[in-house]
Amino acid sequence: MAQLRYGAAIGQALADAMEADPQVIIMGEDIAGAGGSFGITRELLDKFGPDRVIDTPISEAAIAGMAVGAAVSGLKPVVEIMFMDFTTLAMDALVNQAAKARFMFGAQVSVPMVLRTPHGGGVSAGPQHSQCLEAWFAHVPGLKVVCPSGPANAYGLLRSAIADPDPVVFVEHKGLYGQRGEVPEVLAPIALCKAATVRGGEHVTVVAYGAAVPLALQAAEQLASGGISIEVIDLQTIQPWDEAAVLASLSKTGHLVVVHEAVEQFGVGAEIAARMADVGFAHLRGPIVRLGAPFMPVPFSTELETQYRPSAPRLITAVRKALGKE
Amino acid sequence: MPFSGNSDGSSAALLRHYELLLVIRRCEERLQRLFAEGEVPGFIHLGIGQEAISVGVMSALGPADTIASTHRGHGHALAKGMPLNGFFAELMARDTGVCRGRGGSMHVADMSIGMLGANGIVGAGLSIATGSALAHKLKKDGQIAVAFFGDGALAEGLLHECGNMAALMNLPLLLVCEANGWSEFSPVSSQIAFDLAQWSAAYGIAYRKVDGNDVVAMADAAAELAGQVRSGVGPALLTCTTSRWGGHFEGDAQKYRAADEARGRDPIVVAEVHLAAAGVGQQHLTQIAARVESEIEEAIATARAAPPARFDAALADVYTSASIGEAL
Repeated sequence: MAQLRYGAAIGQALADAMEADPQVIIMGEDIAGAGGSFGITRELLDKFGPDRVIDTPISEAAIAGMAVGAAVSGLKPVVEIMFMDFTTLAMDALVNQAAKARFMFGAQVSVPMVLRTPHGGGVSAGPQHSQCLEAWFAHVPGLKVVCPSGPANAYGLLRSAIADPDPVVFVEHKGLYGQRGEVPEVLAPIALCKAATVRGGEHVTVVAYGAAVPLALQAAEQLASGGISIEVIDLQTIQPWDEAAVLASLSKTGHLVVVHEAVEQFGVGAEIAARMADVGFAHLRGPIVRLGAPFMPVPFSTELETQYRPSAPRLITAVRKALGKE
Repeated sequence: MPFSGNSDGSSAALLRHYELLLVIRRCEERLQRLFAEGEVPGFIHLGIGQEAISVGVMSALGPADTIASTHRGHGHALAKGMPLNGFFAELMARDTGVCRGRGGSMHVADMSIGMLGANGIVGAGLSIATGSALAHKLKKDGQIAVAFFGDGALAEGLLHECGNMAALMNLPLLLVCEANGWSEFSPVSSQIAFDLAQWSAAYGIAYRKVDGNDVVAMADAAAELAGQVRSGVGPALLTCTTSRWGGHFEGDAQKYRAADEARGRDPIVVAEVHLAAAGVGQQHLTQIAARVESEIEEAIATARAAPPARFDAALADVYTSASIGEAL
């Protein structure tokens, strides 16, 4: 196994996708000359030139709308929105245009675009540079929402997202960009819409995505020393999500916890909990427990933000609650 | 192959324009009745009085040039070449409609002829056309993209973003403002504080204003600007003054509007004057009118006989299903 940083894996996926397919272009604010505000697209301008690595003005609505127009005109645009909070300015293009074009035009066309954007806190970026808004997009039929948890699936999922004919909101965690992790010697695409069991276990199924996955693995170690074995499912694709994988694990463990950094209320965890309470009812031997951020904006203060974000101790408490031990 | 446009002013070209004007007018008049009789559900926005803009602009485009349309898009779709059968079947919610009965009036689209869709969101077509223009530029295919928008859309922020972007990137984009003087239910004079000529100058975008009710003037102006855009010198903007004879939508009581408000010149009558000057007799025009009406009735009859839109097929088209769960 080789080692790669999460951010570098994303950059590598972009480079490899551009190498493999001349229709792939990337666009965004400061992504070319400056290499991106997190440095993800560094070196791509030199490698592929200004026609395919395009710096845009600060115009999120136009960037996203242009991606739709370029995608239905034969290109495969990958656009970067600097912070997920700024996708608020690109909502029409995503929700009314990209998501619906295939459906409302009677399948005459697909919209092969990817919108990359970082979410998540942990860097004191404050209320407008830290939000996890993926549930909004997961609520819109026609969009796919993908959220990698480490370098290996960041690479593999992004390759699949770019090759996918449908619009994909590819959500990166800004706190993970610098994290190193193992990747296969030969990097390869990873299928969308499939979860991965990243740790096998017997007592509780913990479903997570993005930065909550390393958190769950950390909690798993501590729980194991107390005799509780959790199975960690990395959702990878949030929509359409891998219901079968979650159900299969639940049928084995009988207990379910869903954890994510986004606010708990009306979140991804709510959907998974509701579905499993329905189709997985016969397997459930305890309450389904959700763990997310409290219902408040992301605070700036490091101390407040630490309290705000889900942590391994809170996940351990949630797991014990699911088992009826709290 | 790049399209060179057609503004030769010959009677043959004029007759083609005339026929298209009639097709659009008669289709929309027919839609009024179908709507009143409950055969066309939903909202329809008619462009009666504005037909010469669609016909004139499209005469300067080829089938591979792309257009992004508006909520008032019937004329754009028909002038770009959308078949009558698919058009009526769509508005009548049939499975045989261009969008299989899922889009309706506000979303008529035909990718095979570069008609990227009418749009329910005011101004949204601006960024779609800008992106399409980027694709033309990068593919070096010699095509251009056209964004249609009304003067009500001048208040949308995307106009600024896209004007700036297109000028900055030197995109092959033709912006066509259909200036009918109305911003939905309000006069544009009460909504818009700036003039498009000055706006264009500020962005360094070539600008021309034309009588949008005169198909000959429209075709000439569109050919000139489309040719300029096609040559690679960057975007251009064509303002077409016109008049919306009806309400914002069909069924609009128009209480905001004086009953005796003057209409603009009728584009069909203006075209007939040109045809008379070119020596085309009335008998010829009568034949064209009869043919147009019978083609429309045939399309309506075909749509009536067609199966309704299908729920299962609609559900299957939310995603490009083959991709779900598959790797590259």
